[in-house]
Amino acid sequence: MSMLEVKDLSIHFGGVKAVQNVSFSIDAGIVYSVIGPNGAGKTTLFNLITGVYKPTAGEIRLNGEAIHGKSPNELARRGVARTFQNLQICMNMSALENVMVGAHLRLDRNLFKASLRLPALRRRDTELRKEAADLMDFVGLGSYVNSRADAMSYGALKRLEIARALAMQPRLIFLDEPAAGLNPKETIEVDHLVRKIADSGVTVVLVEHDMKMVMNLSDRILVLDYGKKLAEGTAEEVRRNPNVIAAYLGAHA
Amino acid sequence: MGKNAYFSLLFVAAILAVLPFVVPNSFYLDLAVRMAINAIIVLGLNLLIGFAGQISLGHAGFLGIGAYASAVLPTHFGWHPLLAMGAGAAATGLLAALVARPIFKLKGHYLAMATLGLGIIINIALRNEAQWTGGPDGMPVPAMGLLGFELSNDKQWYWVVAGLLVVSVWASLNLIDSPFGRALRALHGSEVASQVVGVDVVRYKVAIFVMSAVFASLMGSVTAHYVGFVSPNFSDFFHSIELVTMVVIGGMASVFGSLVGAVLLTALPQALATFEGWETVAFGAILMASMIFMPKGLVPTLAAKFGKGN
Repeated sequence: MSMLEVKDLSIHFGGVKAVQNVSFSIDAGIVYSVIGPNGAGKTTLFNLITGVYKPTAGEIRLNGEAIHGKSPNELARRGVARTFQNLQICMNMSALENVMVGAHLRLDRNLFKASLRLPALRRRDTELRKEAADLMDFVGLGSYVNSRADAMSYGALKRLEIARALAMQPRLIFLDEPAAGLNPKETIEVDHLVRKIADSGVTVVLVEHDMKMVMNLSDRILVLDYGKKLAEGTAEEVRRNPNVIAAYLGAHA
Repeated sequence: MGKNAYFSLLFVAAILAVLPFVVPNSFYLDLAVRMAINAIIVLGLNLLIGFAGQISLGHAGFLGIGAYASAVLPTHFGWHPLLAMGAGAAATGLLAALVARPIFKLKGHYLAMATLGLGIIINIALRNEAQWTGGPDGMPVPAMGLLGFELSNDKQWYWVVAGLLVVSVWASLNLIDSPFGRALRALHGSEVASQVVGVDVVRYKVAIFVMSAVFASLMGSVTAHYVGFVSPNFSDFFHSIELVTMVVIGGMASVFGSLVGAVLLTALPQALATFEGWETVAFGAILMASMIFMPKGLVPTLAAKFGKGN
């Protein structure tokens, strides 16, 4: 059974139909990519599935449960994590604390226990610091464990977002252009990282413009254009699809 | 936050312990009590403004509810002062929780306007309900008794308030460095990022708003008993602004900044008294200069300068 099912999903912003009647499904354990030209609706699709936007029409099911219209924090409880194309790092916190926030739902968040510095809470925080440092190591940020977030480079912050998402111990992770703005060496590192995440059993949904990375990593690919589904299939199928070629390279009518 | 912060707390506790033995006369002791009361209110307000990134321009209203609960309930209904103080805090908490849900759907200027309106409504209510509150003239407050022991002189008050201050600083430091505190700071840093990791942002904003309102209410009660008199000025708009200014001058998102802000702005009007008619102008000029040269506030600016994390 598929993990995520999207049926006839649409959202309109005034007269702009950013996503129109898009349907697809994602099986557990695969790497699923969403590609398309700029403005095709890829990030909007992510925002719809992760609850940042409410759809105008259509439905989204996660393991059979309807999740459209639920807020992002409710989806987080169901194991859905994401990163952002335009960085959403908390610059008022340290790098490690940014990762620790990812574990929010797994912690005792009681205000009074926290104010009293109860030993159980302190112990859990000490463990969490270790966990978060290990995650930073996992994404290749081992040398930034004691850094402030606002002292890190763009490429490092991109990976810090991934570490924070992984701290949620998600079952499904949405990565919005994890390689955008990175140099070729960093892109290869992110490529390996996404592979490692998928191998750890997390279902990965990827939006990315780096075609080499997409073709290399993806089990299946969805192609969007002007908010509509243009094609869907394996890397090979998509590569040969005449509509896709037309959208990317231009075609004569 | 780390060991450093707790050493700073010990340092503050040491200063508070020595202070009453070195002040030359009771004028300074009185000033110290008022500084400490303001510091506790500002600690709570800084959690809301500095750490969670929200705003309240109506906190003096909550202070007013606490102060008048401590004046009205014992005077007109014969309640024990401690019970009245608790009732004031509970009423403040309830009111803050009720209004916070709709208010925190707002952001930025709109949030500021809504909290400003709330504070003004409370102030007007206290001013107009003259049969209970004495109206614009205010009313006297009975003395605070604790287990048959009456708090009467400045020195006793000093020890009570200093003790409360140390506990408040300790609790604030603990809170900031906890899952709750990290969620608060995260929703300040990026609201959408905190949502997608599971933070229910409205709940956290409401919780910290209620907590800081209750702090203000409790300290309003303490002020009422300490001064022995309440007036509607306790709850007016300018007092709200003064409290926010203490947060900003001392340093947003800095626990020790809250203390410094409260101490400076409580002392400043006294120090400027020699300027006579010009004290308000001098006060304003100092505020402007400190905002222009130290926009992050005193403590964070100095901490950065001397390379110490805070």
